[in-house]
Amino acid sequence: MDIKGKNVTLHDMSLRDGMHAKRHMISLDEMVNIATGLDEAGMPLIEVTHGDGLGGSSLNYGFPAHSDEEYLSAVIPKMKNARVSALLLPGIGTVDHLKMAKDLGVSTIRVATHCTEADVSEQHIGMAAKMEMDTVGFLMMAHMVSPEKILEQARLMESYGANCIYCTDSAGYMLPDEVTEKIGLLRSELNANTEVGFHGHHNMGMAIANSLAAIDAGARRIDGSVAGLGAGAGNTPLEVFVAVLDRMGVNSGVDLYKIMDVAEDRVVPMMDQPIRVDRDALTLGYAGVYSSFLLFAKRAEAKYGIQARDLLVELGRRGTVGGQEDMIEDLALTMAKEKGLI
Amino acid sequence: MSKKLKAAIIGPGNIGTDLLMKMQRSEWIEPVWMVGIDPESEGLKRAREMGLKVSTTGVDGLVPHVLEDDIRVAFDATSAYVHAENSRKLNELGVIMVDLTPAAIGPFCVPPVNLKAHAEKVEMNVNMVTCGGQATIPMVAAVSRVQPVEYGEIVATVSSRSIGPGTRQNIDEFTRTTAGAVEQVGGARKGKAIIIVNPAEPPLMMRDTIHCLTESEPDQAAITRSVHDMVKEVQKYVPGYKLVNGPVFDGNKVSVFMEVEGLGDFLPKYAGNLDIMTAAGLRTAEMFAEEAANGVIELPSR
Repeated sequence: MDIKGKNVTLHDMSLRDGMHAKRHMISLDEMVNIATGLDEAGMPLIEVTHGDGLGGSSLNYGFPAHSDEEYLSAVIPKMKNARVSALLLPGIGTVDHLKMAKDLGVSTIRVATHCTEADVSEQHIGMAAKMEMDTVGFLMMAHMVSPEKILEQARLMESYGANCIYCTDSAGYMLPDEVTEKIGLLRSELNANTEVGFHGHHNMGMAIANSLAAIDAGARRIDGSVAGLGAGAGNTPLEVFVAVLDRMGVNSGVDLYKIMDVAEDRVVPMMDQPIRVDRDALTLGYAGVYSSFLLFAKRAEAKYGIQARDLLVELGRRGTVGGQEDMIEDLALTMAKEKGLI
Repeated sequence: MSKKLKAAIIGPGNIGTDLLMKMQRSEWIEPVWMVGIDPESEGLKRAREMGLKVSTTGVDGLVPHVLEDDIRVAFDATSAYVHAENSRKLNELGVIMVDLTPAAIGPFCVPPVNLKAHAEKVEMNVNMVTCGGQATIPMVAAVSRVQPVEYGEIVATVSSRSIGPGTRQNIDEFTRTTAGAVEQVGGARKGKAIIIVNPAEPPLMMRDTIHCLTESEPDQAAITRSVHDMVKEVQKYVPGYKLVNGPVFDGNKVSVFMEVEGLGDFLPKYAGNLDIMTAAGLRTAEMFAEEAANGVIELPSR
């Protein structure tokens, strides 16, 4: 693979996707500490939101240690060069949240829908574009449909005003050839000035390889997370990815040693559990299940005595999508009843 | 003299047609008019074949016939944009309006919770909230009638095929309206609503999860009894309203997991979200008719 000389924008997820791994309980000090470290390392974009995006604070997904407003207000004024993004899932957050984020200085809004439901994002993408924000359409669980379907949905988001479209491997299911095919089609068919991005999860151990395939196929924005802090087996670990990009001659503008130090000195010490491909995270990737289901399934296993792996496989079979965390306890209860455990 | 109230349906789309099919079985409501704007529409043709009078010029085509045909109740299944005008024109003539759009000019109505109160006051316009609201608010109310609920949250998961372009273009309206009704009708001090759209094939049945945080330790026995009673109340008009799991108690959190299967009249069975709207709308009109027939309320004089 020759991707030498290309430029990529890296986008850190540790303070948003990482919220899943921390049960949304990252403290304000930890947020500021990590974000300033990333800023000093030259990370251009940092996402700060509840794991499930603006307005995600709920019994269903977890109440966070602090509100989105508090996190954004704490982090944004401390940034010297980095810009801050926020995620929004229509159906969970609303344009009111979006306006609040813009008022607090968020520069990039990422509107996320399931990969077949882009038309629920019209009002949010439209509003963000109207407010002249960097507006990203984020197509989740992109492994579930064909490249042509992804393109059709991407074009909808583009037509609403998105200037960048993401192919998002929320389940960490994709292998590099699939990434090549999907990103390649988006790159060749979307407007030339629409950027293309890729968001990976490491559940099958493919996050680095998939991200490289994405760059090779034309993606210019790559999501990752320092020390991999993210849902499931985590996101593409950025310190590793920066080292790989350095070796391959790709320009990311991020200082390798500095980001290694942020990972080791600031992120790893605050992890509640090692972020690794354990059997349940591997099951997410293998069965194609939304990565943030991981800790919910583990909790259901502890509470109802049904193996997390069995729950995740069944949820995959049923075609559950992002946001259906409530189905995990529901299914565990049903399975426990069938087995006579409750 | 027939005890049935004569009705008009405005909007011959999926909802209007499903409503018409349900209404044909009603002991209390007789469908007389179907109101549309496109003479060629399938919905109007179907209504005509089913013996209804048809307006192809919107509510204006119905207005001259309201008194001679003694239309007493109208169901608006169009859009929030035109509902206010429709309602004004028909209310003026003494027609009670059941609003199935998100306009919500009148008070929210969730039949087992507050319909009787609306009927007794002869509210001339009642709003049916949202599909997610109809499916979940009875459960919030089932908890809040036992003890104060500090926070109520509902998650509605619907099949992609069952939600139309109107809902999709303004999905914020769903979350806002439903959250408001969780508070105003459900009785939660603070409400939140989440909607998830799932494209699985074959389409999944509507699923709803209701979480409540009670102010003090939940009275498990009383809440469980109240939830089961409320399920039975909803089943009177939506037989496929099913308690799948719960109530489950975790500290002050009470969780209930529901499934809503439709009757499969015009809309497919998986579209329980649409069915519960039409069934609740019809149930609402029936209650007005029953109360009028029993002399409990007096309809606007003619």
